[in-house]
Amino acid sequence: MNNKGVDQSKRQFLTTALTVVGAVGTGYLAVPFLAQMQPSAKAMAAGAPVEVDISKMEPGQLIRVAWRGKPVWILNRTPQVLETLKTLDNELRDPLSQESIQPESSKNPVRSIKPEVFVAVGLCTHLGCSPTFRPEIAPNDLGDKWKGGFFCPCHGSWFDLAGRVYRGVPAPTNLEIPPYRYITDTQLIIGESAEEASA
Amino acid sequence: MKRSRITECNDWFLERFPLTKLWNEHMAHYYAPKNFNFWYFFGSLALLVLVNQILTGIFLTMNYKPDAKLAFDSVEYIMRDVNWGWLIRYMHSTGSSAFFIVVYLHMFRGLLYGSFKHPRELVWIFGMLLFVALMAEAFMGYLLPWGQMSYWGAQVIISLFSAIPVIGDDLSLWLRGDYVVSDATLNRFFAFHVIAVPLALVMLVFLHIVALHEVGSNNPDGIEIKESKDPWGHPVDGIPFHPYYTVKDLVGVGVFMLFFATVIFYMPEMGGYFLEHANFIPADPMKTPEHIAPVWYFTPFYAILRAIPDKFAGVIGMGGAIVVLFLLPWLDRSPVKSIRYRGGIYKKALMLFVISFLALGYLGTQPATPTATIFARIFSAIYFGFFLLMPLYTRWEKTKPVPKRLTTVHSLEEQLPALIEEITVLKPAATEIGHTAFKGSSFTRQPNPEGIKNVISRLAKKAIGSLD
Repeated sequence: MNNKGVDQSKRQFLTTALTVVGAVGTGYLAVPFLAQMQPSAKAMAAGAPVEVDISKMEPGQLIRVAWRGKPVWILNRTPQVLETLKTLDNELRDPLSQESIQPESSKNPVRSIKPEVFVAVGLCTHLGCSPTFRPEIAPNDLGDKWKGGFFCPCHGSWFDLAGRVYRGVPAPTNLEIPPYRYITDTQLIIGESAEEASA
Repeated sequence: MKRSRITECNDWFLERFPLTKLWNEHMAHYYAPKNFNFWYFFGSLALLVLVNQILTGIFLTMNYKPDAKLAFDSVEYIMRDVNWGWLIRYMHSTGSSAFFIVVYLHMFRGLLYGSFKHPRELVWIFGMLLFVALMAEAFMGYLLPWGQMSYWGAQVIISLFSAIPVIGDDLSLWLRGDYVVSDATLNRFFAFHVIAVPLALVMLVFLHIVALHEVGSNNPDGIEIKESKDPWGHPVDGIPFHPYYTVKDLVGVGVFMLFFATVIFYMPEMGGYFLEHANFIPADPMKTPEHIAPVWYFTPFYAILRAIPDKFAGVIGMGGAIVVLFLLPWLDRSPVKSIRYRGGIYKKALMLFVISFLALGYLGTQPATPTATIFARIFSAIYFGFFLLMPLYTRWEKTKPVPKRLTTVHSLEEQLPALIEEITVLKPAATEIGHTAFKGSSFTRQPNPEGIKNVISRLAKKAIGSLD
């Protein structure tokens, strides 16, 4: 039997120690709950490469395919479009795609393996809307500066027909180019890069 | 005297639960200022709408399926095949818009009469947390019908988090539970919408009211009624909340329900503002609708986001527009609470703020053309100017002396006879043949142009003068 009264420092130590142990335990308990909100194994496994036949595409035509649940565009660019792309550098934020996402094989001014066939993930790098394809030059609603490109209806971002972002719009970088390669001259596979295949 | 069975049961219960005490503390003996006006309806109305949302929500979950393949069709099933399903869904969808209307008016009341100022800072903070929880609740609920607007709206808002440096991309991935908005996202939003956030809302309402009843209600004069008490310790200018304000609020509830029912039965989509047209098309991850806009209650903040030509700065601007509201009690340095005794600067600033808030709300529903963007930038600047310049202009403003006791405003009924006297003139009744004069009166009242002119010019002078 202790008659010396309360040992305050011991009591303080025990309280602090118990609080720390409790907090650590709560932290560990939180992990499974937070981690279960991560993409499941099934969601991570999904996303097989997609094959696309482009032999029937008209010049100027755009087709959309789904890859990993995202829209992927394939655009057949005309020679006039490729000429226009060369004149736009001063109005673009990242004309040489230094800060944008693309496979090495598409890191060039026209952002594609073959200049006329443009492949891109059709989601704005701002907040993920799918921009609309507006190939016409100087339409009424977009004004005289519009040289044809992709316009994001959500927040008004402008991209040219190589997916390069204009200055002074909310989107920070050029449209993402997915990894892709040619199986034959008119067969594309999206989801596998040219670098991987040659290695 | 023999005690009846009922009294015995009553006593048994009250010895074990302080029902009478609670009732008295928060209703029968809770003294509220006697001069509450129109603006004081919206707190109790917000509570009413919350109850409506919870009740209709429970019944909607009985037929709704939170599955990307089934969700859209299950909502149509509720609308077409479930008995009275259309009514319950429209009560829920109209209720969400009504919730925001009522809450915005409730918050505006706070700005008018300085209800956020000392000693009610915590009431305001809990209220703001309620507002944020309400926005989360509405946003997650909007994904559930799995229409085009649901899908792309969620895509945009979740992408907002990806703008945060370093952790952004992982955070948005964690929120979605997939690389794009998908079934996993829908299912977790359902869980948050029906369990997590409503629980938080109910708890916050409790905290909001407990904090309010501790400090007591503010009033249109911005005077603390607790400072003048009668010999029994009750505020002289206070009246018990029950029955006085319960009865007053019932009138408000009646008028509110009239409007609410009109919308539900005659214009449940409200021309595409309450239920957007694009949301009647099932979600298509391949294609964004030509024009996407959030539901009207988010558009002011959405317009601020769009006005800033930089991704991260835009998100900061949008978040800042809400964060700055939390700081209001410390931004306002004026010694008086109510707009009745504030100087002209605050009145003009508040007017500009309301105009810019409404204008931003309109611009947020419109496509982002260059002209619209310029206007959105101007109004965003005014929005932030109202808050960030507040420490300066509220310190400079010349306030009017605040009375010790509540003031009485003359009611319209008292003023009406004098007004009629002024704008009309008595003329002898016409006595031509075929013209019947009023029985027993040889005079009739006719409009007096001179008097009408006087009244209008006096009103105009008063309106201009009230700004100083």
